Amino acid sequence: MAKRITMRQALSDALREEMLRDENVFIMGEEIGVWGGTYAVTRGFYDEFGEKRVRDTPISEMAIGGAATGAAMNGLRPVAEFMTINFAFVAFDAIINHAAKVHYMFNGNIKCPVVFRAPGGGGRQLGATHSHTPDVIFAHFPGLRVVSPATPYDAKGMLKSAIRSDDPVMFIEHATLYQERGEVPEEEYLVPLDKSDKKRDGSDVTIVTYAQGLPISMEAADKLSKEGIEVEIIDLRSLQPLDLTLAVESFKKTNKAVVVEEGHGTYGIGAEIVAQIQEKAFDYLDAPIKRVAQKQAPLPYARELEQSALINADRVVAAVKEVL
Amino acid sequence: MATTKSKKKAAPKKKKAASKELTAEEIRHADDREVGVGRAGDIPREKLMDWYRQMVLIRKFEQACSEQYQLGKIGGFLHLYIGQEAIAVGSIAARGDNDHVITAYRDHGHALAVGSETGPVMAELMGKVTGVSGGRGGSMHLCDVPRRFWGGYAVVGGHVPLGAGIALAEQYKGTDGAVLCYMGDGSTNIGYFHESLNLAKVWNLPVVWIVENNQYGMGTAVDRASATPEMVTKASGYDMEAHVVDGMSVCDVYWKTTDALARVRAGEGPQFLEMITYRFEGHSMGDPLRYRSKEEVVKWRDDDPLGVIEKRLIEQESCTQEELDAIDDQVDAEVEAAVKFADESPEPGLDTLYDNIFVPQ
Repeated sequence: MAKRITMRQALSDALREEMLRDENVFIMGEEIGVWGGTYAVTRGFYDEFGEKRVRDTPISEMAIGGAATGAAMNGLRPVAEFMTINFAFVAFDAIINHAAKVHYMFNGNIKCPVVFRAPGGGGRQLGATHSHTPDVIFAHFPGLRVVSPATPYDAKGMLKSAIRSDDPVMFIEHATLYQERGEVPEEEYLVPLDKSDKKRDGSDVTIVTYAQGLPISMEAADKLSKEGIEVEIIDLRSLQPLDLTLAVESFKKTNKAVVVEEGHGTYGIGAEIVAQIQEKAFDYLDAPIKRVAQKQAPLPYARELEQSALINADRVVAAVKEVL
Repeated sequence: MATTKSKKKAAPKKKKAASKELTAEEIRHADDREVGVGRAGDIPREKLMDWYRQMVLIRKFEQACSEQYQLGKIGGFLHLYIGQEAIAVGSIAARGDNDHVITAYRDHGHALAVGSETGPVMAELMGKVTGVSGGRGGSMHLCDVPRRFWGGYAVVGGHVPLGAGIALAEQYKGTDGAVLCYMGDGSTNIGYFHESLNLAKVWNLPVVWIVENNQYGMGTAVDRASATPEMVTKASGYDMEAHVVDGMSVCDVYWKTTDALARVRAGEGPQFLEMITYRFEGHSMGDPLRYRSKEEVVKWRDDDPLGVIEKRLIEQESCTQEELDAIDDQVDAEVEAAVKFADESPEPGLDTLYDNIFVPQ
């Protein structure tokens, strides 16, 4: 049996199920308790689980990042929420220098099973400091798992896996996807944290994308299909570690690729993927691989101006036609 | 009394200190280090002798580190604990079975005080596979999790919220465990410190913040870097009971930490101790020491924590010089063996570079 729910509900269900399953799982962050979460993912949790396991914090990202890390080191499974990923910059040292390093630096003697949830992304007229898609920055460093699901099914299965993982996980949620609906099984399931997934079959061009790039690429695929162009879409789901098995396999079939990401293109995820595809499948290359990414400007407030900097289906369609 | 808040509920108190609590300024300028150790009589002689042994061990271990560094066998940064031995030894002696230790990068003393074996500690400094962190951490990243020592951390202040989190886990699990979270005076100026003290108070976490005020953050004197040179006053902003401790007196350190832990366990929340001490050597190896005068160093060397406990042992415990010499000889042998162990240990295999990045799924 499956039900059709929003990604918001899928994330909420995943958290609730894991908190019911394991007493050591708790959530902490700004406005996650009494308020119910600024994106309402944790609505009702405070009343259901109480303040021991649903911990409102002061506006103190350094302490949130560090205390969640310390609690994880000492045997708990904290899910710490940054109200937006933009605020996680304040906790960057706690995440990168501590959560992501203790297992290695102390020779496996310390484990750090912490999950950092962080909504992010542009397109909501929040201005330059509240609209980042900085996923690649977190994915640069060894020791931190970085995932960003695009469907309710993946969101639920991956959040449950993230909570059960013994590694620190940066769980990035694109805020415009919270309303996306999709089929989710009633019964329990898990989605691995390190596997990409094919989201559409096609034979002409391979699109490699993730998160908000997925619905945009799907929209582009529908448009292209009407013109007789069939794209294959690979959803990365995880950025660290990066699984390009399906992408390379698909590229060997289509010989052409477009990478779609919402973050800035400069030094972006697309750059890494293009490099790896040419290393792994140079002989299959029929055209330069194109990147569709956010333009290299801070995101402005004005609606149309902001939209002009972001990725959209028309830009993906144009890129696919260029590589054909 | 430097207490920043009078508490309604008093923790079970040990015998009260014979002398009044001194201010940081008085401790800095004290001529007689016997003050502040008025309860030494309560401490059994063998315990005092063991503290002396531990402090001598740290001193001689650090001197050996300095030599090994100059021989090129220790790389990277090396921060010596010489002058501050009484703090790690006295406070860790006060901890209970479920209490934890976490500190910054000047961490050799804490590792030895929790009982980590000298050989693996020295091996870590030499980057050997037998080191406490497998040669991956180095001088600034020692750890000994079975002894509840969560490590040294090298970003100033970065471990302070980790200490809060470790304390949170104890509180969450309902144990009587608390955390001794050490830091230097320099870390009281970084955001981590303030956010963590605030969070600890809001959540009533079982943690004792121990500021080892050695008068300098690297080469910058406390009064040039901190709005207040009295670290103890910083706790009042977070409604936290705070005391000044003579960091040169292992007994004062022991009692004040014992009392602070008792208050934590009585449910009085996080506690703050400013321990006045002095770093006899440079910040790290190769420090040109341009920021302080020779006279100042000589003055503080008169207050050597080893001299303070030695005097007490001889004058009040009728300890003989022969007894102390025997301890020194035993420690010499132990340090020598540690260096030999480290020297003879292999380096980590190059095929282990990718080990322990992630936990095997």
